[in-house]
Amino acid sequence: MARHTVQLTVNGAPRSAEVESRLLLVHLLRDEFRLTGTHIGCDTTHCGACTVLLDGVPVKSCTVLAVQADGRQVQTVEGLARDGALHPIQEGFMQEHGLQCGFCTPGMMLTGAALLERTKSPGEDEIRRAISGNLCRCTGYVNIVKAVQHAAAKMR
Amino acid sequence: MIPPAFDYHSPRTLPEALALLGRYGDEAKVLSGGQSLLPLLKLRFAQPAHLVDIGRIPGLDYIREDGGVLKIGALAREAALETSEVVRSRYPILADTAAVIADPIVRNLATVCGNLAHGDPANDHPATMLAIGAEVVATGPQGARTIPIAQFFTGIFTTALAPNEVLTEIRIPAPPPGSGGAYVKLERKVGDFATAGAAAFLVLKGDVVQSAGIGLTNLGPTPIKAREAEGYLAGKKADESTFAEAGRIAASAARPGADRRGSVEYKREMARVLTVRALRKAAGRAAGR
Repeated sequence: MARHTVQLTVNGAPRSAEVESRLLLVHLLRDEFRLTGTHIGCDTTHCGACTVLLDGVPVKSCTVLAVQADGRQVQTVEGLARDGALHPIQEGFMQEHGLQCGFCTPGMMLTGAALLERTKSPGEDEIRRAISGNLCRCTGYVNIVKAVQHAAAKMR
Repeated sequence: MIPPAFDYHSPRTLPEALALLGRYGDEAKVLSGGQSLLPLLKLRFAQPAHLVDIGRIPGLDYIREDGGVLKIGALAREAALETSEVVRSRYPILADTAAVIADPIVRNLATVCGNLAHGDPANDHPATMLAIGAEVVATGPQGARTIPIAQFFTGIFTTALAPNEVLTEIRIPAPPPGSGGAYVKLERKVGDFATAGAAAFLVLKGDVVQSAGIGLTNLGPTPIKAREAEGYLAGKKADESTFAEAGRIAASAARPGADRRGSVEYKREMARVLTVRALRKAAGRAAGR
């Protein structure tokens, strides 16, 4: 069973680990690095609870091998707040009641944050398209859209 | 779910990748975007001993027009196809197709070439490529060969690629004047495979069809090129009655199986409806509407 040393940047800090070829990125983050804010929902590439940013782009970390992230930048929900100050997307979810059970929230916030990096004033349709790979089983989409719009206004 | 154990290789050049594939033969699988392969491994539908990750080979992520041909490199992502200016303006059928594959997050990693190489009749690009008459480039130890897309899909999850070959490029002929294409998909929800899908490409002269291409998604054990309907369309007036008849003929080429997405009869009927819609939209684009 082949093992590899991976070196990556997680939330701005260099991390390394010795991993099996088959280890999934989500397990590296949760089990090795103890960053359990990245959730495992469906484990079948559908739900988006495990969404993280890989070089700034949202990906489903249950469908990426840890070895594929070698040498790259990963951002998880733990990396959103800076120096004790919440990221605007986190404030948006808090102010607009963008979460109920909270399970989908880390993935929703990372997808939302990535959207706001490329567009300043997304309309409702654009936000709904962007989060169409993130499922909320509480069906709280109306407030999730408002939360992203709240963050967008704050970031402009 | 944890994939079965395998060894992972990360070649930095195409010759290195080909050497690895040559060494391990059918014990190896090519890993690219991984959005089809990794789910398959997790479900243990395949247990390759080696994965050869082509994702770190530089220079393969291009989408460009070159000498009257649109070339899509092995590592071009679906998200790049969706947003490419040349694709949106000149090849809207490709933008249609990319936009309905899986979901936006999957499309950030999924590759266009992988969508073909996976050989899944439920994938969306095969029908589009059959409609527009693409070719694929297979690169192996002896060099590159081109394969017409109509000869590429040989069975369920099986293609004309040899175990020691990589699908390195898709080539799409530039659309002639008076042409237009469209892809339409019926899906239960974002991220699902098609209940049925249809791609149509028309070349018109005035309101007469010069030539037509039609491909069908998830309506048989392989992607289907609806040859009889294509033949029927040639020389006909591009109007609703022609499209209705072409839809009926295309549906008769469908070989769907019943599953949770619907019965055989329902899917065949959707093949008809979607073919008509794709033809209507393609004709509108051909006319510049």
